[in-house]
Amino acid sequence: MGKLTIGTFSSLVGSLSLDFSIKLAEAALKKGHTVDFWMSGNATMLAKKGQKAFKVYSFLAKTIQEMIATGNFKITACEACAEARGYHKEDCPDGFLRKSMDWYLASTFDADRVLHIGGD
Amino acid sequence: MATKRLAFVIRSLPYKTEASRLALTHAISSQTVEIYLNDGDLVEASVSYVSDGVLNCLKGQQGSKHYGITTIEGHAKNSLLLDLKVLVCKEDLDKFGLTEDNILMDAEDIGGETKANIVSYSEIQKEMETADHLLFC
Repeated sequence: MGKLTIGTFSSLVGSLSLDFSIKLAEAALKKGHTVDFWMSGNATMLAKKGQKAFKVYSFLAKTIQEMIATGNFKITACEACAEARGYHKEDCPDGFLRKSMDWYLASTFDADRVLHIGGD
Repeated sequence: MATKRLAFVIRSLPYKTEASRLALTHAISSQTVEIYLNDGDLVEASVSYVSDGVLNCLKGQQGSKHYGITTIEGHAKNSLLLDLKVLVCKEDLDKFGLTEDNILMDAEDIGGETKANIVSYSEIQKEMETADHLLFC
């Protein structure tokens, strides 16, 4: 089985690119691959706990917790991007990591595939 | 010991979204990636500007004056200071009527020795083909 590294800059609400990348990561996990998932820029919105499910907005928290529980999924937010948006360490959901951008580049080193999704 | 080559391809407008700035800051972070890797392993980043992305290279940006933030020009200059390979698409510069006089070509004023390269798209295509991973921003 392989390792997939996914990076995204897209926001949770306002774009479906982040939903797409999580669904892609979920599909890869189900096939037995491991996934490193990097969020930078507006994508760090996903690394904020306490999000409420509405039918009209994306709600990925439950799916992500299930993915983390597999042990094959690392989800990491850019610390500076999160801090700039007022999301601090204590706001981060369980199982999420916060690192600097070089974590993402390091993850690409042994990745079989890197998918950089979004840019909005 | 191995080196993985990442090609950041910047095609988005400056300031409209954060994408081009993030591309540059991520590329620059390749300078500290060794802390996560085994001795001798490296990640090497290049930056190519294509399409609307060439506008990120304009000289004299006033982001600091108007938005109170660092300019993308400043990040681009840092990428040259750190000796990243920088390619700018000539055909796309031509489309905007831009020449090397209009864009950031070096970081000499802060001690940089590396220059940006204005090249045809075919050269950028080669850069993408030889990279291990592509990151479009």
